Amino acid sequence: MSSVRLDSVSKTFGATAAVDTLSLTIADGEFFVILGPSGAGKTTTLRLVAGLETPDGGAIHLDGENVTHAHPAERDVAFVFQQYSLYPHLTVFDNIAFPLRSPKRRIAEVDIRQRVEQVAAVLHIESKLARKATALSGGEMQRVAIGRALVRQPRVFLMDEPLSSLDAKLREELRIELKRLQRDLGATVIYVTHDQVEATTLADRIGILEGGRLLQVDTPQQIYDEPQSLQVAQRLGSPHINLLPAAWMNGHAPRDAHHLAIRPEDIQVVAPEHPEFDAAFPFSAIECSLEKHLLVAERDAIEVRVTLLMEHTYASGSEIRLAFPKNRRIYFDSSGKRLAS
Amino acid sequence: MAEIRIENLHKSFADFVAVRQCSLNIADGKFVVLLGPSGCGKTTTLRMIAGLEFPTSGQILLGGEDVTYLRPRHRDIAMVFQLFALYPHMRVRQNLAFPLQNEGLPRSEIERRIAHVAEILRIGEILDCPVGGLSGGDRQRIALGRAIVRHPKAFLMDEPLGTLDAEFRELMCVELRRLHNQIGTTTVFVTHDQNEAMALADMIVVMNRGDILQADSPERIYNFPASKFVANFIGQPAMNFLKLDQPVRCGTAMVRVGGAQTAVAEPLADAAEGLLGVRPEHVAFAADGPLAGEIVTSEYFGSHHITTVATSAGPIKVHVPKGERPLMGSNVRLKFNSQRVVLFDSRTELLIPNRESVQKGACHV
Repeated sequence: MSSVRLDSVSKTFGATAAVDTLSLTIADGEFFVILGPSGAGKTTTLRLVAGLETPDGGAIHLDGENVTHAHPAERDVAFVFQQYSLYPHLTVFDNIAFPLRSPKRRIAEVDIRQRVEQVAAVLHIESKLARKATALSGGEMQRVAIGRALVRQPRVFLMDEPLSSLDAKLREELRIELKRLQRDLGATVIYVTHDQVEATTLADRIGILEGGRLLQVDTPQQIYDEPQSLQVAQRLGSPHINLLPAAWMNGHAPRDAHHLAIRPEDIQVVAPEHPEFDAAFPFSAIECSLEKHLLVAERDAIEVRVTLLMEHTYASGSEIRLAFPKNRRIYFDSSGKRLAS
Repeated sequence: MAEIRIENLHKSFADFVAVRQCSLNIADGKFVVLLGPSGCGKTTTLRMIAGLEFPTSGQILLGGEDVTYLRPRHRDIAMVFQLFALYPHMRVRQNLAFPLQNEGLPRSEIERRIAHVAEILRIGEILDCPVGGLSGGDRQRIALGRAIVRHPKAFLMDEPLGTLDAEFRELMCVELRRLHNQIGTTTVFVTHDQNEAMALADMIVVMNRGDILQADSPERIYNFPASKFVANFIGQPAMNFLKLDQPVRCGTAMVRVGGAQTAVAEPLADAAEGLLGVRPEHVAFAADGPLAGEIVTSEYFGSHHITTVATSAGPIKVHVPKGERPLMGSNVRLKFNSQRVVLFDSRTELLIPNRESVQKGACHV
């Protein structure tokens, strides 16, 4: 496995800069997730690393070797796409064996059999090897597609939303499996997604990409707990982080603070006489759902969402008091830049 | 506006039973969601209410009137498929006026209704724009608007949000529910997505293989699922099911799993073999917890972790608050929230009624 380094890589299509002077170093054995909305430049970044696109500027290194202009085949990276793109006329075995049978490799058929069977066991598809690829379920097909990448033992795995066409249950199952696999193999993975759950559960580090630029690169917990900009704060979290006017904090907010952001699970419902909080505000409950653990409340036409495990509901329209613990408040200036509290 | 009553509705295609002897009362003004996996019969049920399909037997009453074999256009209901079905070459106003012109309404009435709908849906400024150039959200509002202007007795919606991405779907859910609160038209909505069901419904009807398994409020479906299937279908991650060491005794509010004693709401029936059903959010790490285990996987979701603990009662998924750091391989003890766990009969896979569930009026099969 290899490390990957991008130095000021740019790629424009017509007038739009899909990837804009992007610099990034991914360590050997790291699971790196690029998270962003559609059109952020995620897939282009991946295609640049694969050699399916040539950058307009900058350089790409694999293990210190400059591969910026190397042919895709010379880079020895494996690409897993969203659509499994298997060969429908071949069996599962032959689909997985396909990359090994390339004339360049000249691997003995016994060795191929051994490698394919090994990979199939890892992915729990050993009983399906003789089937036609088209006779499989969606989850099994995506396993085969991953198997085809694994069998090559490439320097880097590039994955473009590999789970997004699967249903929720399968996605969860394959997610856990993929993470285990990566850990066991010590594989370097660059994984692109717009799904925040995949990002926080899979990644060693996440890069938040928007408009072809990386807004923040950090561990999932740092991105979630310490977002350096409002955009990043809003990218993770379900329900979304709450945005309140910093003016509510009435002198307790730092100078230049415009927004106060706070996560739904950090807000506390407090009894009226609760002494510990310097700022507990009266709110009016709008909606309350036991099964979603969600309370929506309003004050001055501003809605907040609170997630908490409740024993009973708050009736719509009832008065409640909400407190925003000091160490959980995140302030941003009017441009969306993080301010020190 | 009208209530919808379905009585012993049955539909078979050759030797396949799509809907089996289903009965259901939908009160006037309710938002009802038919929920289930593909092939469960939810869409067939909706199509029979719409009149797009005739039942093999049974009856459908709309506002007291038997409409079982009426043509769709004589039922006075509006069907909303994928919300994008608009006439692309027409302006927004024409799209909205179209169904009304077909009904032969006078022009002044049409104008009045369009103005009203435009206000509800906040699309006043785009009434004279061509549909082609509009955003996805606006198009969906217009598609809804076209159903609303007709003032139908009921709305029927077949996975209208199915093609949207997750974030947008959530927004549209909020919008749909807000709309329903405003206009209060009886709505039947079909989906396989539990989140949509939970966000929208006054009543959720869980179906599987042509049968209605439970028709109940979202709260009761969550707290007192009538069967293991329902319990499994609602909640993410799904409920944990742990095999009990001993038979369930009517009136004994204590059970044993994996050698550990834990309290439950008092069961009102016996079962030779039982399962303890516990949602991940109702188990917690606690030094004095009765059940010991080892953390085998843990996934981080920002606001919390979902951690799998291997125990003598089997693997258990636990919802762990973000402040804690569950480490793979570490030993923990688990405690169940005895107020929120439920029991199932292993053989029938049905909920064993308890004092709590009966008091709260949960439906029991």
